[in-house]
Amino acid sequence: MIEFTFWDIVRNLLLAARWTVLLSLAAFVGGALVGMVVLFFRISKNTWSRRLASGYIALFQGTPLLMQLFLMFFGLPMLGLRIEPWTAAVLGLTFFASAYLAEIWRSGVDALPLGQWDAGASLGLHYLQELRLIILPQAFSITRAPTVGFLVQLIKSTALTSIIGFEELVRTSNAINNATFEPFKVYGLVALIFFVMCFPLTQYARSLEKRAAH
Amino acid sequence: MAFGWLPGAVGDIAHGAATTILLIAVTTLAGTLLSILGAAGRRNGPALLRRAIAWYVEVMRNTPFLVQLFFIFFGLPSLGIRLDPILAAMLAMTLNMAAYTIEIVGAGLDAVPLGQTEAALALGLRPRQVFIKIVLPQALKVIYPALTSQIVIMMLESAVVSQIAVRELTYEADMLQARTFRSFETYFVVTLVYLALSMALRRLLVTGGRRALGAGVS
Repeated sequence: MIEFTFWDIVRNLLLAARWTVLLSLAAFVGGALVGMVVLFFRISKNTWSRRLASGYIALFQGTPLLMQLFLMFFGLPMLGLRIEPWTAAVLGLTFFASAYLAEIWRSGVDALPLGQWDAGASLGLHYLQELRLIILPQAFSITRAPTVGFLVQLIKSTALTSIIGFEELVRTSNAINNATFEPFKVYGLVALIFFVMCFPLTQYARSLEKRAAH
Repeated sequence: MAFGWLPGAVGDIAHGAATTILLIAVTTLAGTLLSILGAAGRRNGPALLRRAIAWYVEVMRNTPFLVQLFFIFFGLPSLGIRLDPILAAMLAMTLNMAAYTIEIVGAGLDAVPLGQTEAALALGLRPRQVFIKIVLPQALKVIYPALTSQIVIMMLESAVVSQIAVRELTYEADMLQARTFRSFETYFVVTLVYLALSMALRRLLVTGGRRALGAGVS
């Protein structure tokens, strides 16, 4: 058996936490980009594209993320694509995030008075210009708090990618726990590392929420 | 894609779904009860209890459920407490859900005007009666939609407890795909079952809430 000192455990966990951070960032950026596309469909004037987007959102919000990751991990090879856990993790979390972000931002678009659209039209802007210059900037700014709140949820969700074999914080901690048999210490430290990543964001989301309420 | 294995797997899938339903039923009842106590304690308890509940909520909300589950299932035995996987899952789910619903219930309690309490006290009701008969029903009505969403989210999170070998829906899917070698198809079917379950659960809660509380839920 390999001897692990306390600092060995901490050092290994912190090294693994890099992947948690990187995966969270990749999924957030990917989710934001795809989420914009979904949002575009969701608020379109075309009934079918609205229905398509609603279905997409309902599908991802109505099934477990773990199933979505499994489908990604086992589904892409069926299409003849060789897939590594990292690719499956990023893609799975990207689609998951896109559904939630689209829905959050849609609530921002809905909260705007219809007059904002009319004003844009009366200025002679066409639909895309209205979206880009008037609607989306306001929708993003009033939904900043829930967007940051979702980022916290996304960071926590990266834990699930350990199950499809992505070597992040939780997977590393399982390996360390198997070697040291000190579950309290190991999982306690993992919880602490996640807490340190998430708590400042939670507080930030809360302060944004308060500012918005006044 | 091949679904020839499906007819023989219906029993296993149904068994897994039943366990998932059991998990969420227990979690909903225990979690809601715990969160009512927590929210009341957070507002009216002694200072130390208030602070303890506030920290509990922060810690649970800022750490992954999977880590909480491992902490309970693998950690508690070293204190001499050995839990069945299913009990460990129920405990972890309840503790996790309560952290979210304490905030939700608390917001509901804050939304009931103070005049309601004052009026009830003036009528001679004891403080506990005021809370249970006057304040709580009104608060539950306000928070019912948020509570419903949280219960559905928790049902979806329960997929993770397959990792400590609780024989729920995801665990049965793992077993099936190992037996049939049709991983994608198996997870595809089980994902649809989850989708149906979450839609049915939401429908059930909305209708039930309307009947019991007269709560307006969309």
